[in-house]
Amino acid sequence: MVEPRREDVIRCEGIWKIFGDKAQQAMEAVRKDGLSKREIHDRFDCVVGVQDASFSVGRGEIFCIMGLSGSGKSTLIRHINRLIEPTSGNVIIEGQNVNAMNPRELRALRAEKIGMVFQSMALMPHRTVRDNVVFSLEVRGVSEAKRAEVAARAIAAVDLTGWENRYPDELSGGMQQRVGLARAIAADPTILLMDEPFSALDPLIRRQLQGTFMELSAELHKTTVFITHDLDEAIRIGDRIAIMKDGVLVQIGTPEEIVTRPADAYVAEFVAGISKLDLVTAARIMQPLGQYEQENGPQDHAAWPVAKPGDKLNELVDLAVNTDHPILIAAEGQPVGVVSKRALLRGIQGREEGKAA
Amino acid sequence: MESSFNWLNPFAAVDLGIGAWADGIKQWAISNREMIQPIKRFFDGVIVGIEGALQAVPPMVMLAILGLIAWQTAGRRAVWVVVACLAILGFLAPEAWGLAMTTLAIVISSVILCVLIGLPMGVLAGKSDRFEGAIRPVLDTMQTIPAFVYLVPVVMMIGIGNVSGVIVTIIFALPPLVRLTSLGIRGVNPAVVEAARAFGATPGQILRKVELPLATPTILAGLNQTIMLSLSMVVIASMISVKGLGNEVLRAMGRLDAGKAIVGGLGIVMLAIVLDRITQGLGRSGRDRGHKPWWQTGPVGVIAHLLGKTN
Ligand SMILES: Nc1ncnc2c1ncn2[C@@H]1O[C@H](COP(=O)(O)OP(=O)(O)OP(=O)(O)O)[C@@H](O)[C@H]1O
Ligand SMILES: [Mg+2]
Repeated sequence: MVEPRREDVIRCEGIWKIFGDKAQQAMEAVRKDGLSKREIHDRFDCVVGVQDASFSVGRGEIFCIMGLSGSGKSTLIRHINRLIEPTSGNVIIEGQNVNAMNPRELRALRAEKIGMVFQSMALMPHRTVRDNVVFSLEVRGVSEAKRAEVAARAIAAVDLTGWENRYPDELSGGMQQRVGLARAIAADPTILLMDEPFSALDPLIRRQLQGTFMELSAELHKTTVFITHDLDEAIRIGDRIAIMKDGVLVQIGTPEEIVTRPADAYVAEFVAGISKLDLVTAARIMQPLGQYEQENGPQDHAAWPVAKPGDKLNELVDLAVNTDHPILIAAEGQPVGVVSKRALLRGIQGREEGKAA
Repeated sequence: MESSFNWLNPFAAVDLGIGAWADGIKQWAISNREMIQPIKRFFDGVIVGIEGALQAVPPMVMLAILGLIAWQTAGRRAVWVVVACLAILGFLAPEAWGLAMTTLAIVISSVILCVLIGLPMGVLAGKSDRFEGAIRPVLDTMQTIPAFVYLVPVVMMIGIGNVSGVIVTIIFALPPLVRLTSLGIRGVNPAVVEAARAFGATPGQILRKVELPLATPTILAGLNQTIMLSLSMVVIASMISVKGLGNEVLRAMGRLDAGKAIVGGLGIVMLAIVLDRITQGLGRSGRDRGHKPWWQTGPVGVIAHLLGKTN
């Protein structure tokens, strides 16, 4: 895949977070002797939350971090706006080192550049929907009139117009998280941090909110770090996905890469149940035309169905059911490869032709 | 000394001189009385001012005012309890109302000072485990040490009268406010505080806009306790020449006068019920009040509504 030259908005460099009184000593020992998580726990009575995490997120990208409960996702995302201080490592946002900022700069960053959504919603029960939404503007001393205008816009964006003067406990869970979303986008930040925003909601409402979020993010084009423990959600929403296990980022890649080339047995187990139909592209399973002709002799492919390299397996299946021929893959009018029925079926299974077990 | 020392009873032989040391403090206080006098006169002036104001209001007007306050803070049903208790108080004896106002002035002064001292201490204790650990034994001491122990040094230092009365009342009544303020601050949902931090609030803004409002019901429960304890100190305070209902009880004890005892005792109880009713209502959360701000309920709400109509 050709990556366009991108500008990193968030860059995390070697983030370590060790919880405990002797965190610094444990960190020293890790640097010197490379202790394991277990040894750190036994020798220093410290818990490793995040272990050497490095990644970067480009402008407008949605970066999903996926992992089971306790894998350190919340700990990691809280380093980005420095709600948690790293034991080691740096976070750089648009070229500025967040860990070198003084309290005043940090507050400005949090209020103006970063919006955050929490799994527990964390709305203020004593404030109306409107006052919750514009909290970040209020603490910056923005005028009442401006706040009312911003609140109206943000509340309309999440379809809650008419509920401005209600209190959080008068709203359903789904509506409360809409307020959480409105609060995060109110100050028009560059970055959205979302810590399992939809996990506490029932499946139907979750779908609905994912929809709202994806519409919003297509429109507002925010750089987003999105945490979830649901791989389906990560695949639906994420441009790239990082898989986290026991504080370590074990693999970072596009949904297609994660699903087709899991880095280890742990990731493989995760993606085993995921349908490849809408993820895997023709480019991944096709055989180059030259190689195909070498094996099967020269071909007359005038009657073959044609697809593009970026087409998903689902579309190839639609083409394949109407013909006995293989499918020709053509990029910009030039034939480049062939997908045989056999390769297509293997692709659906998640295996590549030739490497089949 | 050496020869009479007994390992089985070492205490008899050792005299650390704590009594004498405390006595020394008393001597120091007596010789420095001049310094304390201006402060004393200032506070005495404040207390006398409050009492004068309360006494100047005709009883029926005061009754109406307290009734309206009860309506505002606790709802319409509390009004009847408050009015009935005040009426009983007034009918106890011809002089009972005036005595009650004197007592009320002392209670109000004590509670104001308790809030000024206790609220900041409670907030600090809620934020810092170390401070909480340090003041906890002090608060325990203040609540359990018999009042007679500090009555003497306070009088030595300041002399008898209202100011001393207020000080001994504060010593006894302050702890619940500090404790419950700390409890309230600690009970605030940490996720909400984290959200405030994530959106760029300063520590002061977090305190004012998040922690104090959310801790308010608990803090007001502490205030209610403080008021009740202040009232329970009035008899002891009357021993150092504080006037009012407590003094009636004290004099009744001296003369075995059951009539006076009933007037003083029942008067204190009636006043307690009135103050309890008024302050208990304050602690209701926004949800219980149907999320109306205070100026949309009670008599103020009625007036605001009427004004809104005429405009
Ligand atoms: N303040 C802390 N002190 C000590 N250990 C902590 C602290 N915060 C988190 N941890 C530990 O760090 C690890 C990661 O926790 P974290 O909350 O980041 O997980 P998570 O991936 O967000 O899980 P979940 O899906 O349940 O939210 C856990 O083992 C947790 O016990
Ligand atoms: Mg979490």
